Amino acid sequence: MSEIIHPLHRFIRPSVAATTNCPGCGNGIVAQSILRAIDELGMEMDDFVFASGIGCAAWIPSPFFDADVLHSIHGRPVAFALGIKMGLPEKKVMVVSGDGDLAAIGGNHLIHNARRNVDMTVICVNNRIYGMTGGQAGPTTPPGIKTTTTPYGSFENDFDISRLVIGAGASFVARWTTVHPRQMTRSIKKAITKKGFGFIEVYSQCPIQFGRKSGISSSVHMMEDYRKRSIGIEKAARLTDEELKEKIVVGEFVDSEKPEMVEEIERMKARAMERHR
Amino acid sequence: MKSETVPAGRYFMMGNEACAEGALAAGCEFSAGYPITPATEIANRLAEKLPQAGGVFLQMEDEISSIAAVIGASWTGKKVMTMTSGPGISLMLENIGFAVGVETPCVIVNVQRGAPSTGMPTVGVQGDVVQAKRGSHGDYEIIALSPSSPQEMFDHTVIAFNYAEKYRTPVFILSDSFVGHMREEVIIPEAVRIERVYRKIPPKGSDPEAIKGFLDENVAPMPVFGRGFKTHVTSSCHDETGKRNLIDVSSLDMYVRRLSNKILTHKEEITIVERDYEGAEVVLVSYGPVARAAAAAARRARQAGIPAGTLRLVTLWPFPDQEVERMARKAKRVVVLENNLGQMYPYIKAAAAPFTKVSFLPPRLIGQIQDPEDIVAEIEEVLG
Repeated sequence: MSEIIHPLHRFIRPSVAATTNCPGCGNGIVAQSILRAIDELGMEMDDFVFASGIGCAAWIPSPFFDADVLHSIHGRPVAFALGIKMGLPEKKVMVVSGDGDLAAIGGNHLIHNARRNVDMTVICVNNRIYGMTGGQAGPTTPPGIKTTTTPYGSFENDFDISRLVIGAGASFVARWTTVHPRQMTRSIKKAITKKGFGFIEVYSQCPIQFGRKSGISSSVHMMEDYRKRSIGIEKAARLTDEELKEKIVVGEFVDSEKPEMVEEIERMKARAMERHR
Repeated sequence: MKSETVPAGRYFMMGNEACAEGALAAGCEFSAGYPITPATEIANRLAEKLPQAGGVFLQMEDEISSIAAVIGASWTGKKVMTMTSGPGISLMLENIGFAVGVETPCVIVNVQRGAPSTGMPTVGVQGDVVQAKRGSHGDYEIIALSPSSPQEMFDHTVIAFNYAEKYRTPVFILSDSFVGHMREEVIIPEAVRIERVYRKIPPKGSDPEAIKGFLDENVAPMPVFGRGFKTHVTSSCHDETGKRNLIDVSSLDMYVRRLSNKILTHKEEITIVERDYEGAEVVLVSYGPVARAAAAAARRARQAGIPAGTLRLVTLWPFPDQEVERMARKAKRVVVLENNLGQMYPYIKAAAAPFTKVSFLPPRLIGQIQDPEDIVAEIEEVLG
């Protein structure tokens, strides 16, 4: 009898024996979409360097991916990734982190590297809560939700991260949920091959922290809810803001060609050397 | 990096510019920073000259991302530097701890200015010298050098790069607004005369599972990115292979001790001091630009027949306690001089006090280096 091995198992660090994700976590679906994208592109882990911050999603590449991985500090992985890209422009640099890491504490680095349009892929796993620290509200938590730091209901407006990154100037922006693994894989492939800042926001269920607080603590129910509320970009364009209130607009928002910073730096260096000669 | 980027010769040069030239001479390939007085001239010069040598300077959105980008680039094998002043260091501190924790070579220049907070940006003080050692959280060791002239801004920057590479650690240059903005003669040697140290890297083709790239007190080879080492870098508590361990306290103990010992066991070869206290009864202990005033005062005192000497600390961290002790065993009196209210004084006193009497002479005005005449008067006072 031959042993059945998952086709993506070759991308997992050999010393890793178990997952640290909670039961029902969406991280596994996101991880699989990333690895499937790499596999379908015919690429290898040595073509990549991964960077992540702090939080549950940051543990998708660290330590699971059998690659060069920089598990950095909270909020700064995009800034670390920029330095990595400067040193290894020929490698694909991918950031995998959460909404709190990328859009709260790290919001500044997210928008500025989208503005620079640095060639990298950023996967933002948006569970709309601080999971690792025990279910605190974040900038993506929907208004009214009770969390450990909003025991009387959240009183802040929430962030549309994809729109933020579009506004900052990224050349590729898409949003999907964990019920769209195939679409997610397709968009990740585009983001990897795109010359420029590729951003993919993924709504991902956190049944333990977000689910418990919001009253739907089943992973299946949360995913069914994603399916019900998801709406494509074209359909959404025909609805009013009021009608869109409970919806999750999914799809590829931006796929454009614009100057990318690593290439611009090479041009700048050529000018500097020319003048120096 | 091309050797013609080292413009050997004699110059009348600003300290900050000499620092940038030192970085280029040491082989700096990547730098990132954020504008701040009184450190901007370093960034300006690197922005001009790094691209000519095939490198790049990036102006970042803040100091947090500046040091993050520098650390990221160091992990690709590049020689890197960032520069700022106190407020910027305050923002960088968490990442400096990260660089210590994952053993990343990088040079951090702090051109210190009047503080706390926004303070007085164009006035030099020695206000951040303990912050360099104690600013980030947790127990750790760091290397810090204290230049006193534009020439040393060049020389110490080269040394800082070499120490960073050799010991896989962040190295501080604790300059200040006076030294940074001072213009003096700077001699830049021929490229071949400048020692350049490069970090150890595991041999090409090493088995990723077998590489021990962390926590060696004799400095592990750095498994830099992009070479198939499949390195896992985390400042979470980890073992020699980089594998995270958040359960076993003995793993934390190893993480803390080995990182510290990596610097402490090499303290002797890291330590640089200038001793001029042969036969002296009073020894003035100082560092940075204050050491120039101390040397002038000791000269004047000796001319007046008073046996005075100096000990100048060039390496502030790891703290050269053995050098202080060696001096204290010979001196009758020790006077510590700093351009602050006594930051290194407790450390110097702790090392010297078992052997001699130690006192502190602050500047009359913070931000104004002690007048040699005042120092001579203090020498006469302590000798009675």
